[in-house]
Amino acid sequence: MSIFEITIVILIISASAYFFGVRKIVSLSAKYKKKPDSLMKYYGKNAVIWAFVPAFSMLVAYSFLAPVYIETVFIDKLSKIFPEYQQSQLNLVYAQVQNIASGFLESSDVQLLALSEQLTSWNEKAQSTRSWVILLVLIGTSALGYNKIKLRFPARVKVEQFFERLFLGAAVTAILITIAIVVSLMFEALRFFEVYNFFDFLFGTHWSPNIAIRDDQVGSSGSFGMIPVLAGTVLIAFIAMLVALPIGVFSAIYMAEFAPRGLRDIIKPTLEILAGIPTVVYGFFAALMVAPFFRSIGLSLGLDVSSESALAAGAVMGIMIIPFISSLSDDVINAVPQSLKDGSIGLGATKAETIIKVILPAALPGLVGAFLLAVSRAIGETMIVVMAAGHAANLTANPLEAVTTVTVQIVALLTGDTVFDSPKTLSAFALGITLFVATLMLNIAALTVSRKLSEKYD
Amino acid sequence: MTIDSKIQVRNVNVYYGNAQALYDVNLDIKSKEITSLIGPSGCGKSTFLRCLNRMNDVIEGCRVEGNITIDGENIYSKDKDPVLLRARVGMVFQKPNPFPKSIFDNVAYGPRIHGLAANTTELREIVENSLEQAGLMDEVKDRLNESATGLSGGQQQRICIARAIAVSPEVILMDEPCSALDPIATARVEELMGNLSINYTIVIVTHSMQQAARVSTRTAFFHLGHLVECDETNKIFTTPNDKRTEDYITGKVG
Ligand SMILES: Nc1ncnc2c1ncn2[C@@H]1O[C@H](COP(=O)(O)OP(=O)(O)O)[C@@H](O)[C@H]1O
Ligand SMILES: [Mg+2]
Repeated sequence: MSIFEITIVILIISASAYFFGVRKIVSLSAKYKKKPDSLMKYYGKNAVIWAFVPAFSMLVAYSFLAPVYIETVFIDKLSKIFPEYQQSQLNLVYAQVQNIASGFLESSDVQLLALSEQLTSWNEKAQSTRSWVILLVLIGTSALGYNKIKLRFPARVKVEQFFERLFLGAAVTAILITIAIVVSLMFEALRFFEVYNFFDFLFGTHWSPNIAIRDDQVGSSGSFGMIPVLAGTVLIAFIAMLVALPIGVFSAIYMAEFAPRGLRDIIKPTLEILAGIPTVVYGFFAALMVAPFFRSIGLSLGLDVSSESALAAGAVMGIMIIPFISSLSDDVINAVPQSLKDGSIGLGATKAETIIKVILPAALPGLVGAFLLAVSRAIGETMIVVMAAGHAANLTANPLEAVTTVTVQIVALLTGDTVFDSPKTLSAFALGITLFVATLMLNIAALTVSRKLSEKYD
Repeated sequence: MTIDSKIQVRNVNVYYGNAQALYDVNLDIKSKEITSLIGPSGCGKSTFLRCLNRMNDVIEGCRVEGNITIDGENIYSKDKDPVLLRARVGMVFQKPNPFPKSIFDNVAYGPRIHGLAANTTELREIVENSLEQAGLMDEVKDRLNESATGLSGGQQQRICIARAIAVSPEVILMDEPCSALDPIATARVEELMGNLSINYTIVIVTHSMQQAARVSTRTAFFHLGHLVECDETNKIFTTPNDKRTEDYITGKVG
């Protein structure tokens, strides 16, 4: 049976488990003239869980593990046939055999054909075993679940418990994946610090990672001082916030306090559409329109603006962040209780006085939170800076020059021909972990501050 | 039309969008006296109260028709600024709503925006005087710089009263000021209202008939957006003119 057919069978059995479960508890209840511990439907649900979950998990596990198992055993067999081959060559042969077996490849080699036939028969065997195993599990656990149904069985508690564990499992998976990513990042970063001094990385002011790919080339050691890269990131994020913060917050104030309901219902979604534009679009907007525009303005003023500038990238990034800030700020401002606004208006304060003296101070923690989240987005943003900020690791505070950022460098380090254990490649992980730590701290700070807001009005 | 009436309300109709909330209300409110407004929930008491300091202006879709004069000036005439009016007619709300600022800054809020104090000494005087009048000075004099939101509900409500007094209004409107307070705090606020009525004209909305009987000289009874009658409190509670008033105060309707 195919996976699809097995799934159908599992579903049918599970559905009927519900009716059998309910029927059993109804008849038990009638026989002993007693009410069961839980509502009837929970006995049905409990039966469904017993029927469905073990069999389906089995199906999923089998589908993932069986190919791996077959591969291991088959390669083991190949290694006996070709004792002189290395692991990578064996893998290659296996891939070939696999392709012949599934008909993607044709071959006249007798030995390969024989092997592929063998693989096909293995696969078929695995498939039929799968059907039997799963049907067995399905029937076994269904019967077990059916058997558990008694008047004094707390079905509702068990069902709730099951869902609690299911949700817990999902949460734990998400956390574990995050941890796994961070750990692997850390491992690679540590390998980098084995060959490059940690403090030279952290405080060095010279960034030129261009190591020769071949060992015998001259000038094969790069320089990995992070400061210019970090400075570029900060400069661009700063320019972005300079654009986004006033426009974002002011538009939020307008939406929350001045705009009539109908207009607000138009403005807010429009701004949110702005947030949905892919960053690559902003990127070429920055590179092809904004940067040349700034350059021509600069020229007419007698300023030397480079064609890729921190200003262009930062300004466009600011535009990208506006909806983010205005939407968050709007929520925060709306969360300030109407009673406070009434209190201020009732004392004869004007709308502006109320906004400045009551609403903004009350919303401040939330606004700071929004601001920090926006900064952490600006720091992590990649596409715009890759396209518009340049690659030159200049240590400068002049927004008219080209700078580079952490994210740009990571992209540069990992694209093109790379050797996986050269310092050049590994330094990307060091940059990555730096970026991670920076945004993590910003997010923690943001959370802490905004939590203060909710404390105040409880 | 009596000479000593502070506020005169003539033919007032109020609409929220298309729904009418008040119908042709006529009422005289006397100076330096407590007038209470009673009636079942949703009959328009709060709406009426908000007409008196034009707080209805800030509610989207709310429309007020008719004439309301304070000391003979029409507060709804085109050349009148509602912001200035609200400094003359203070308001205390149902739920205590101190700003999340210090006690001092709460009371100093009004004087600051209206520029009532020339320097910090004067400001301090106004604040202390207001707290004194609100009967709070003894309780808070050592912690004027602490947050007002940390006070008890009753204290918070008296801060709000002190905050209203600080701008030296002529009229104080109170919308169910004790509904969120316990009996002891309620008693204190009622006592305070009695003291304030020597200097201020007070209009209070209350859902408690006992409270109306205890504190007010005159009582107005509202029903379904109509002002049914307004008279001496004694008279309303003993020999009301209207059957609806009688049913309400004897507890026959909600
Ligand atoms: N902001 C508002 N928008 C729409 N309708 C309102 C608003 N405030 C009050 N109303 C309506 O006006 C009527 C009177 O309300 P209100 O003055 O609050 O009554 P009360 O204070 O006597 O309980 C009610 O029917 C209420 O639904
Ligand atoms: Mg009310």
